Amino acid sequence: MRAEKQRNRRDTPICPENTDKKVENMKEQVIGRLLSQKQLAENVYSMWIEAAGIAGTAVPGQFVSVYCKDGARLLPRPVSICEVSGAAIRLVYRVAGAGTAEFSDWEAGEEIRLQGPLGNGFPLRPERAILIGGGIGIPPMLELAKRLPGEKTIVAGYRDDQLFLYETMKQYAPVAVATEDGSAGTKGTVLDAIREQGVTGQVIYACGPTPMLRAVKAYALEQKIVCYVSLEERMACGIGACLACVCRSREVDAHTGVHNKRICKDGPVFLAQEVDL
Amino acid sequence: MNMKVKLAGVELKNPLMTASGTFGSGAEYGEYMDLNRLGAVVTKGVANVPWEGNPTPRIAETAGGMLNAIGLQNPGIDRFCERDLPFLKQFDTKIVVNVCGRSESDYLEVVERLAGEAVDLLEINISCPNVKEGGIAFGQDPKAVERITAAVKKKARQPVIMKLSPNVTDIAETARAAQAGGADVLSLINTLTGMKIDVHRRCFALANRTGGLSGPAVKPVAVRMVYQAAQAVKIPVIGMGGILTAEDALEFILAGASAVAVGTANFVRPDVSVRIVEGLASYMERYGVEEIGELVGAVKDAPQS
Repeated sequence: MRAEKQRNRRDTPICPENTDKKVENMKEQVIGRLLSQKQLAENVYSMWIEAAGIAGTAVPGQFVSVYCKDGARLLPRPVSICEVSGAAIRLVYRVAGAGTAEFSDWEAGEEIRLQGPLGNGFPLRPERAILIGGGIGIPPMLELAKRLPGEKTIVAGYRDDQLFLYETMKQYAPVAVATEDGSAGTKGTVLDAIREQGVTGQVIYACGPTPMLRAVKAYALEQKIVCYVSLEERMACGIGACLACVCRSREVDAHTGVHNKRICKDGPVFLAQEVDL
Repeated sequence: MNMKVKLAGVELKNPLMTASGTFGSGAEYGEYMDLNRLGAVVTKGVANVPWEGNPTPRIAETAGGMLNAIGLQNPGIDRFCERDLPFLKQFDTKIVVNVCGRSESDYLEVVERLAGEAVDLLEINISCPNVKEGGIAFGQDPKAVERITAAVKKKARQPVIMKLSPNVTDIAETARAAQAGGADVLSLINTLTGMKIDVHRRCFALANRTGGLSGPAVKPVAVRMVYQAAQAVKIPVIGMGGILTAEDALEFILAGASAVAVGTANFVRPDVSVRIVEGLASYMERYGVEEIGELVGAVKDAPQS
C-alpha cells in the first residue's frame, strides 16, 4: 500500500515548479504574456509582452533576459527594450540562432519567462542629442527618443530599404537614414548620413555593431561631443556574477579589480572613453 | 526532519552549496534569494593577485549545457578580503573560499592570507581547464594532487576541500591521492573540457578555443564520478555537475555525496538553490526520511526485471 502510494507520488516533479513562494523585496523572474508577434523585416521581429513589473521601472537602454521554452537551451537571451507602453514592453530582436528562432514561433497569449529590467540604461541629458542605431542596435533608440527631454535627431543605419521601426521613430524625432546598399537615405554608414544630412548635437547615444561604435567614438572625440555606447556580448547570468560578458576598460574597474567591466551589470551603456572597443 | 550535514567538523544547515564561479561572492544573487537559506556559499576562485581572465567570447551555449572559458578572472585576495568577506559574514551561511593559483606558492599565499579570516572552509581549485598554468595541470597528475594537497594542508587554518577534475582516466586514483595528501573533503566534478565550432563563420565559438562544459548534459558523467570517488575514499564528498532540481541533487547524495553544489542552474533560475532545498525537504517528508545522512550513498542495485 505504502509502496503503491510512493510510486504514484514519484511522478510529481519535486522542483522547481511546486515551490512558488514569493519572498518580500526580492527581485525575481516573472512570467510575461505575449500580446503580439510581428515580423518587421528579414529576420527582424517585434514582440509586445505584458509584464507590468518590468514596464513599470524600465528605462531606455536597459535589457531583459528572455528564456527559451526548449529545456535544452538553458541560457537566457539578452534583448534590449525597444519601447514601453503601460504594462507592456516591446522587444525588437533579430533571429540569429535556434533560440531567437524559437522566440519568433511564439504566438499571442503564450507565457514567457523573463528577468529584468537589467543593466543601467542611458542617462537622460538635456543637451541636443544624436541617437545612433545600427541594425539591431536601432530598437533601444525608440524609447530613448521618447524620453529625452531636449532636441534630438535619430540616425539609423540599415542594410537595405527594409526600414524597420522608421515610421514609429519619426513620430518622436527626425530620422536620418543610412543604408549599406544605398536603397534609402544616404548610401554608406551612419557617419556618412550625419555628415551628408548635417546632423549636429552635443551628446551622442549609440548602439550597434562594434565597428560602428568604434567609428562613432572616434567621431565624438574629434567633434568633442559626449558619447555613450551600448555594448553587446554573450551573457550567462545577466546580473553581474559570472563574468562572461566583460569589455575592456580604460582604468582598473572598481568592482572587478582589473581592466574589465561587466556589460550586463555595469553597462550595457558606458561613456565611450571608459571602454576600449 | 534533519537536513544538517557535517563537512570536516563544519556543520551546514542543509547540504546545498553554490558551485564556485557561478555565484560570484553572493552579492548579485542575494538580490534574488535569501542567502541565509543556503548551507554554504562557495565563492568564485580568488588568487593572490588580480587576474584579467580570458578574452571574449567567454561562453557558448550547447545542447543541455554550456561551455565557459572565463579564465578565473578575479579581483585578487586583498580586495576580496576587504569587500566580499564582510558581505558574506552578514549571513547565517557557511563561507567557503575557492582558491586558485598558477603555482604552488600562489595557492599557499592565498591560504596563508585567509588563515586569520572568518572563513569556514577552503576549496582548492586544481581543476580549472581554462588557464594554462596551475589549475588542471595539478589536477591531472595524482602525484601533483597529493603534493599540493599536503602543502596546502600544512599552511591551512581551515579544513581543506580539494576540487577535482573530471578530465582524468581514473577518478578513484585522483581521489585517493587527495586523501593521501590530507584532504578533509573532496568536491567534484569541475567542468569537462569541450569545444564548439561556429560552422557559418568557420571559427571557434570561444576565444580560448576550448572551454569547460557544465549543465544537465554532464550530469550522468558527474554522478558516476562522484560514486566512484566516494567508493574510493573515507572523507566526505561534495557532488556537483548539472544539478537543476531536487531529484538531481538526490542522485548525487544517493551516489555518496554528503553535500551538493548548484552551478549552471543559477543562470537558468537565480533562486534555484532555495527551491532545491525546499524540494529536498519535501522528498524527506514524502519518504519519511528523518536524517538526510540516511540517504548518503544509499543507492542500491537495480531490481531484476
